[in-house]
Amino acid sequence: MLLTPDIIGAMKRFKHLLLISFFASMPQFNWAITADVVKAITTGENDDRINALTKAVGTPDDALARLIDAMIDDAVKIADGRAFIVRNGKAIDAVTGVEVALPSNAEDIVNNNRVRSELDNAKAALSLLSPNESAREAAIKALKDNADETKLPLIDKALAKETNAELKAKLQQLRAAMLVASSDKAKRLEAIAALAGSGEPGVKSLLQERLQPSAESDPEVRAALASAIKAIDGKLVWGERLGVIFSGASLGSILLLVALGLAITYGLMGVINMAHGELMMIGAYTTYVVQNLFRQHLPSAFDFYIIASIPIAFAVSALVGAALERTVIRWLYGRPLETLLATWGISLMLIQLMRSTFGAQNVPVENPSWLSGGFPIMSNLILPYNRIAIIGFAFFVLLLVYLLINKTRLGLFVRGVTQNRTMASCMGVNTARIDTYAFALGAGIAGLAGCALSQVGNVGPDLGQSYIVDSFMVVVLGGVGQLAGTVYAALGLGVLNKFLEGWTGAVLAKIIVLVFIVIFIQRRPQGIFALKGRSAEA
Amino acid sequence: MSTTATLTTTATPSALFDNRVRIGLAVALAIVFAVVPFLPDFYVTLLGKIMCFAICALAMDLIWGYTGILSLGHGLFFALGGYAMGMYLMRQIGRDGVYKSDLPDFMVFLDWKQLPWHWTGSEYFLWTMILVVALPGVLAFVFGYFAFRSRIKGVYFSIITQALTFAAMLLFFRNETGFGGNNGFTDFKRILDIPIATPSMRISLCVITGLVLIAFYLIARYIVQSKYGRVLQAIRDAESRVLFTGYNTLWYKLSIWTISAMMCGVAGALYVPQVGIINPGEMSPAASIEIAIWAAVGGRATLIGPILGAFFVNGAKSWFTVAFPEYWLYFLGALFIAVTLFLPQGIIGLLRKLRGLRNGAKA
Repeated sequence: MLLTPDIIGAMKRFKHLLLISFFASMPQFNWAITADVVKAITTGENDDRINALTKAVGTPDDALARLIDAMIDDAVKIADGRAFIVRNGKAIDAVTGVEVALPSNAEDIVNNNRVRSELDNAKAALSLLSPNESAREAAIKALKDNADETKLPLIDKALAKETNAELKAKLQQLRAAMLVASSDKAKRLEAIAALAGSGEPGVKSLLQERLQPSAESDPEVRAALASAIKAIDGKLVWGERLGVIFSGASLGSILLLVALGLAITYGLMGVINMAHGELMMIGAYTTYVVQNLFRQHLPSAFDFYIIASIPIAFAVSALVGAALERTVIRWLYGRPLETLLATWGISLMLIQLMRSTFGAQNVPVENPSWLSGGFPIMSNLILPYNRIAIIGFAFFVLLLVYLLINKTRLGLFVRGVTQNRTMASCMGVNTARIDTYAFALGAGIAGLAGCALSQVGNVGPDLGQSYIVDSFMVVVLGGVGQLAGTVYAALGLGVLNKFLEGWTGAVLAKIIVLVFIVIFIQRRPQGIFALKGRSAEA
Repeated sequence: MSTTATLTTTATPSALFDNRVRIGLAVALAIVFAVVPFLPDFYVTLLGKIMCFAICALAMDLIWGYTGILSLGHGLFFALGGYAMGMYLMRQIGRDGVYKSDLPDFMVFLDWKQLPWHWTGSEYFLWTMILVVALPGVLAFVFGYFAFRSRIKGVYFSIITQALTFAAMLLFFRNETGFGGNNGFTDFKRILDIPIATPSMRISLCVITGLVLIAFYLIARYIVQSKYGRVLQAIRDAESRVLFTGYNTLWYKLSIWTISAMMCGVAGALYVPQVGIINPGEMSPAASIEIAIWAAVGGRATLIGPILGAFFVNGAKSWFTVAFPEYWLYFLGALFIAVTLFLPQGIIGLLRKLRGLRNGAKA
């Protein structure tokens, strides 16, 4: 929607009206504000004005709220030490609220940025007493960032009136945060004890700031500060731990999705498909195209484009996979090294194809609204919906693949051909067709992985390259021909990677994991779950 | 392993120098000494660069073509040799860098006060020469010992070497590693206190590279014709039988693997002063796979094939990336597919087939 200046002006006016009526409907305030106070706030040096303002906020009343509001809107004029609020061409006296004629020598008052931020603060402080719960909550949040002792009386007032238990606790914390900076040692200690019960990163950094030698010199208070920080750490650490486990599970589920397709093409068929990543890339680009189609033709159903793109991404990647199998891979069965090189060639061509078609830059894929945002568990732990969805999706695909391989006729044939091609052929299985189906299935699952990846990462021609080493590691670690091994390896690697990241940083973590895999393979060349057999060539 | 068995080598035990080799050597030496000095600058550098790649392809051929082990980690050995040389070249810059410091520029930039421990001795050319072969050699030996002892082979070995290269690339991308991060080393000024960016230095480096290539070709020829080389080919065709016959294949595979890695290290060391830069991009998995395709295009299990392949692919690359940059990846990709599908024995195999047809027609 385009906002023309007219509309903006109208909205502003409307807001003013609302605010005026809002403050006017707060009858409990007495008219304590005096002409002197108003004069002090509106005229003189900025420092004096700010002092006057903070003092006045300590004893809030209706007229003060009206004045602050007007000052924020630049609607205050002064003449001969009196302040007037001028709105819609009508002037009222700032002290009494009575409509008066504006003196001809009235001037605008000038508020610099410092005064403005103080005004905003004061306004937030005043809305602590608002009857609206969410307005109070917002005010507490706003005040938290610049808590100082001067607003204490106001907080006390708000505390006395507050009925909502949750807000009351927050107010108490806010009060403590203000008291931590108090000049009275006993008050500081009391405040620190109150803050130690908090579990928020913000409080921790507040306490850490106080622990600076320049901020706090008393050893007793310093000790209290240190133990309070420790207590908060104890609470935060759980959030962090769970966060690591969650991001590990998230990475693991992505690896699982990527590796599931490989587990079929490599694990079952023995085809090293270096173009697997590029089949994922095709799935991701398909999602991008579907998204654009929805945006153009079905904007009302845009939120559901991702649902539609799942089967389409599967189908497109599976078709490309089937075509590859028929034209190239078919001729290379039993020659794994040659397959590796040929599929690498395919991947180079697919990358260039995408570059030529969609450009070398990443393309934007939007999350549908129901996948954006997150689910807050703790103050320092929010689980993004898209990650949760991918974990669920990965296990859904895993279930489908499991059922397909173990419970269907196609799966039976695939297993049969894998175990003994000649015998399966003798039993009447069209092994060539089964090969195509199986490869297309693996490719289609790669497409699903790409569709899921488009929701959490960049979609570009290099998408596949960044996952191919990881995904082969998963399959190799899990053991060939093993779905269960793939699952354990994917989740294990994901969690291990994220835990190490906490210790060493992302790059070193990755290196350590790769070295770990290399060493592990030395010990158990067949992966976690080795198939038992008697072949010397195994 | 059935397919590699089709790669029958025609090499009947013959002398190190038969007539064909003598003629080839004479031509190669003539090119190196008589033609190179008169080439334009651009072609001198290009030729030098491609000959470095040819050494890599030759090394790859020894381990893949003759022993049947596809390494996707030769880019790492190449880069290690290059980095060893690069350290020396960085020290040769002396105080001529941007910051006029004894330390390389990137260290000044990172606010380092002294050289890290692994730069010890990098100012000595002789020590650098040792590092160039020892670094890749030791890494290959240790890695290979554990890999071959666990009987990792085939595609597993390829993938593990790829992971190793990938991990090394990530490591070298970090500034903390002390190798200039993603910028690597560049802006060299001198080698052996002689300015590096002169035509005569370029020609000398190119000639040296050519001589090294010829020497490595002869070494490789000696290796594959020896009894040791015959065992390597037997391992390629049927390792189990070799084992059952009583050979310990571990040491055969490990030694050729280490030799191959050291050859790549030398190639990298020759490459860096000519191209003037080394960065972790040389360790990317793609770079290592390309080495394999040079060998495959030329013809595995022949010695001249990989050299031809390196010239063909890299010549095509420098032409394509100028003329049709869009189509280079299509061409390279198609080359991978075409060679594996239609030309399993590469250009040399094709030539042999054509000659066979002609002889057949005559008969």
